[in-house]
Amino acid sequence: MDSGNLKVVSLLRVMRPAGQGSGSGCGSKGGDGKSGCGSSAGQGDLSPTVWEKVKNHPCYSEEAHHHYARMHAAVAPACNVQCNFCNRKYDCSNESRPGVVSERLLPEQAAKKVLAVASTIPQMTVLGIAGPGDPLANPEKTFRTFELVANFVPDIKLCLSTNGLMLPDHVDRIAALNIDHVTITINMIDPNVGAKIYPWVFYNHKRYTGVEASRILSERQLLGLEMLTARGILCKVNSVMIPGINDQHLVAVNKAVKSRGAFLHNIMPLISAPEHGTFFGLNGQRGPTAQELKLLQDSCEGEMNMMRHCRQCRADAVGLLGEDRSAEFTTEKVMAMEVTYDLASRQAYQEKVEVKRQAVVAARNAELATLAGERSDISILIAVATKGGGRINEHFGHAREFQIYEVSTAGSKFVGHRRVDNYCQGGYAEEDSLETVVRAINDCQAVFVARIGGCPREGLKSAGIEPVDRFALEYIEQSAIAYFKEYLARVRTGELMHKLRGDADIRQGALIA
Amino acid sequence: MAYKIKETTCTGCSACQNECPNNAIVEKNFLFSIDPTKCTECVGFFDEPQCVAICPIPRTINPNPDVPRFQAAV
Repeated sequence: MDSGNLKVVSLLRVMRPAGQGSGSGCGSKGGDGKSGCGSSAGQGDLSPTVWEKVKNHPCYSEEAHHHYARMHAAVAPACNVQCNFCNRKYDCSNESRPGVVSERLLPEQAAKKVLAVASTIPQMTVLGIAGPGDPLANPEKTFRTFELVANFVPDIKLCLSTNGLMLPDHVDRIAALNIDHVTITINMIDPNVGAKIYPWVFYNHKRYTGVEASRILSERQLLGLEMLTARGILCKVNSVMIPGINDQHLVAVNKAVKSRGAFLHNIMPLISAPEHGTFFGLNGQRGPTAQELKLLQDSCEGEMNMMRHCRQCRADAVGLLGEDRSAEFTTEKVMAMEVTYDLASRQAYQEKVEVKRQAVVAARNAELATLAGERSDISILIAVATKGGGRINEHFGHAREFQIYEVSTAGSKFVGHRRVDNYCQGGYAEEDSLETVVRAINDCQAVFVARIGGCPREGLKSAGIEPVDRFALEYIEQSAIAYFKEYLARVRTGELMHKLRGDADIRQGALIA
Repeated sequence: MAYKIKETTCTGCSACQNECPNNAIVEKNFLFSIDPTKCTECVGFFDEPQCVAICPIPRTINPNPDVPRFQAAV
């Protein structure tokens, strides 16, 4: 028996077998709010097999991300590629971006943490290993973690996110461990573009630089993608949109990855705050505006499913997307926890979530039916303050992000989210905070909130954004369609002039969580 | 001359430790250091010192001036 197995035994001692838990296991709440779960709506043009695999995966299904949580285990610190948008020097708890963690875990610690989180947050369905380096540059730690978790928390889906350099070498092991979701970050298929993004890669015991580095990386990424899809493993492709470097090129990347079987493409905005100390950040490379990002995503959407709800979270994030509960699960706290893994109560909880999720979809569809026959070229964006569950259930002043929905006579669609400083906190004057929010949702006609104070209400109005609290606690999409119907009516009667709004900031400064 | 890790800039990412053919890199309380008695500068293994080649932070792994250059056994 090797030392790894000894650790398994010690882990077993702290756990009780599934089904012998102490009651509900649903006592805690993960910010799920009040709502519902999955029917086939939200499936888009995914095949039924693919939909079955992703429907409860918050990182792969926009609909699921309102209801299901994920966690990342930071067991993979080493990396084999240098990216100009990444800086490994700072691990600050005030930063939220991939590559940043507060703690690194050993596989055994990570397994205990997964167990603890799964027992506390019953809607946690996914464990991802995404770094803070590259999982496949740390293959032993990564796969050991997956093995332990598969043994102890069998209902958790496993996924990993990689730069792809070592992917072809590990495809068989990925398949053997039933890892059914893999994300590859592919920012270019042209090594000349790559040379501006990747200063070097470490491959076959050698550091390669310049165009050659990107040629190797690109070949390995595309080969890995082909090998995974040939084995029926779901692949999502992440791309970082870097204006002036790969923004136009990502359309070609989109075609290349689609033709090799990727089922979802997630184009994310470059994060390049100078205080992060990345090459791009220090050299004034800007990220895209909200309009630029949406335009690129829209132009690729005809080709394949686009993902727009990515929060670019930390490699140790825990909870629903957009929230981070990792502070509740530090190694110290986790090791002290008495953990009861109760599969039955997890399933019971998830069934309830499923019912709520169905209700959201049904409400949306019923409201949409009332739009049938309406024809208009108008489409509007609505910002929504929500804590999850598909409902408008957050106070304007407490919102740390706004979810953005596009509504037209074709229906409602989630198109993105905007980070804002916490309006009620922070040392800023109230007017400054409101200004931050306005910049973030400046392209929206309205903002849906559970509640809003008098001051910000007036501020929003003078910025041309209508604050709407009459749908408080209602379903987001149903309300968005209802609002849109009224909006059209008001335009028709002349009460309102439809005007195109301006652009908006996706993310301002370095934010927590 | 073995190599030496500059503690003030090392991020503790462990990439060097994974690559070292001599198991010369040890970690203690998240601080990494190279055992000069084990380091062969990768002579006889690879064309370039692996720790230097994979370290993400420039000028963090440097020649150790206190140790004479490694001589491969004849």
